[in-house]
Amino acid sequence: MKFKFLEHTADIKFQAQGVSLDKMFENAGLALIKSMFEEKVKAKKKENFKIQGQDLESLLYNFLEEFLFLFEAKGFLASKIKVKMSKDKKSLEAEIQGDDAKNYKIHTHIKAITYNEMFVKQQGKNWVCQVVLDI
Amino acid sequence: MEIKKISENIYEIPKKAGMNVPGRVYASEKLLEAMKQDNTLDQVANVAHLPGIIKVSIGLADAHSGYGFSIGGVAAFDMDTGIISPGGVGYDINCSVRLLRTNLKKQDILKKQKEIVKALYKKIPSGVGRGSPFKLSKEELKKVLEGGAKYMVERGYGNKEDYLHMEEEGCLSGADSSKVSERAKSRGIGQLGTLGAGNHFLEVQYVDEIYDEKTAKAFELEKDQATIMIHCGSRGLGHQVASDYIRLMENEYGFKNLPDRELINAPIKSKLGKDYYAAMAAAVNFSFANKQLITHWIREEINHLFPKAKLEVVYDVCHNIAKFEEHIIEGKKKQVCVHRKGATRSFGAGRKEVPIAYRKVGQPVIIPGSMGTASYVLVGTKKAEELTFGSTVHGAGRVKSRSAALRTLRGEDVKKELNAKGIEVEAGGWKSLAEEAPQAYKDIDEVVKVVDELGISKKVARLKPLVVIKG
Repeated sequence: MKFKFLEHTADIKFQAQGVSLDKMFENAGLALIKSMFEEKVKAKKKENFKIQGQDLESLLYNFLEEFLFLFEAKGFLASKIKVKMSKDKKSLEAEIQGDDAKNYKIHTHIKAITYNEMFVKQQGKNWVCQVVLDI
Repeated sequence: MEIKKISENIYEIPKKAGMNVPGRVYASEKLLEAMKQDNTLDQVANVAHLPGIIKVSIGLADAHSGYGFSIGGVAAFDMDTGIISPGGVGYDINCSVRLLRTNLKKQDILKKQKEIVKALYKKIPSGVGRGSPFKLSKEELKKVLEGGAKYMVERGYGNKEDYLHMEEEGCLSGADSSKVSERAKSRGIGQLGTLGAGNHFLEVQYVDEIYDEKTAKAFELEKDQATIMIHCGSRGLGHQVASDYIRLMENEYGFKNLPDRELINAPIKSKLGKDYYAAMAAAVNFSFANKQLITHWIREEINHLFPKAKLEVVYDVCHNIAKFEEHIIEGKKKQVCVHRKGATRSFGAGRKEVPIAYRKVGQPVIIPGSMGTASYVLVGTKKAEELTFGSTVHGAGRVKSRSAALRTLRGEDVKKELNAKGIEVEAGGWKSLAEEAPQAYKDIDEVVKVVDELGISKKVARLKPLVVIKG
């Protein structure tokens, strides 16, 4: 399981996991895209970004927000995500493949990422995170 | 959570360690029970921890769980010792409602119901990722951010009477576009004149019942008159302003001693506090301008179908906002910073902020129902100024999660049900119809009954939808 959606009265809540932090971040990005659009997105174009955060939660917040920015400001929808975390875990580089959003019918508009009920933690061998999206 | 009944519809969360003031909830027993199902009451208590909070942390009858502050939450802060918090405003800054009155009747709308729904759905961009045909230069965006609806009227999209009938006359002062990041601007520049998605909507309605003839007359509303309601906000620009300042405030102040990370804040008079206010005000103005352009397009379409139609703004109320207002604190008039998150200002007669046309009766309070159910027009009161820093509820509030709604309801059936009630509907997709189905929301009638009984706003008229456009 890469990610799963949980019950939330007003918004969308998901948990994502991975064998490493890099994989967990990648899966969290995929969960975000899945919450907007159900079908498969083609990998036709590339976008790269580098972001920072003062802890793992803010790094995750800033990372996910980048997808909302790419979608609204550049009309870009991600399909494949590759993350490389820095050693001090305060920044990461991401390589994203995806397509023009106008080629898809998006069903859910995400207003913002929130810190509500957010966590990033190690569980056995896996890293797990939880995120609530404001919609 | 310990909660004490003070009197009918008034409950108190007693002051505990860390809280500067008690919490206060204005709700019926039934609505309070719903609040106990999520963490609404904890959130009301958490807000009471913030520095400089005055009197009480308030949860209104429609309160439900939000982030940091509950939705349906109100808190006022001392200008010298208090704070301003992006979490107390919300991500959708100035998510708000505008009501237009027309010289058309219910019967006129019924004759052309299908044409109206088609024309409005085609003209007003709605749904996810649907941008605006209205192109803005960077220089024009700056003017939108600092001039709001007023600037749009100067550009020819409406008339002076429009903005005179809006909260803050359609332009919150103190806005500074240079405090809005380039990132936020690039999210907003292509979205002026768009409705967005989620709970945002556009409805053509009729006045189904009048509760207070005198006030309805002042608002120029009468039975069977057609009205139009627009519910939307500051779009991606406002969302990004919220995220940007949450980040900046975390970097500056940290969040370790807060009960909830989303309660991040800055002192009102700090540089960051002032910068956030200036950026928030810019997003507020973007929302006013957004609705002004939508109003202009609605006029074009309705006039095309009804050449003699006249559409006027009744009022435009803000739901997610922080403002500097004068209130009576311990017997003295004092300026305070009122946060309304999912709450509506409800000023009574006489206040200078109320448009001259309504000053003798109080401001119109517009409460949208959920899709397909009744909406209400109420009037602001002195009682609200005494109890809730001049605030009342903003809507029904969700009770059923979106995924639960999707499991139990089909968009096709929701549409059929609405059609059976005589309502024409167009939506971005079946999914959004099911997610926003009336069954997923609290009973608006109960919410309105409670605020009317409490007297923090009084019922004037009920509106029922005939045409619904969903994002």
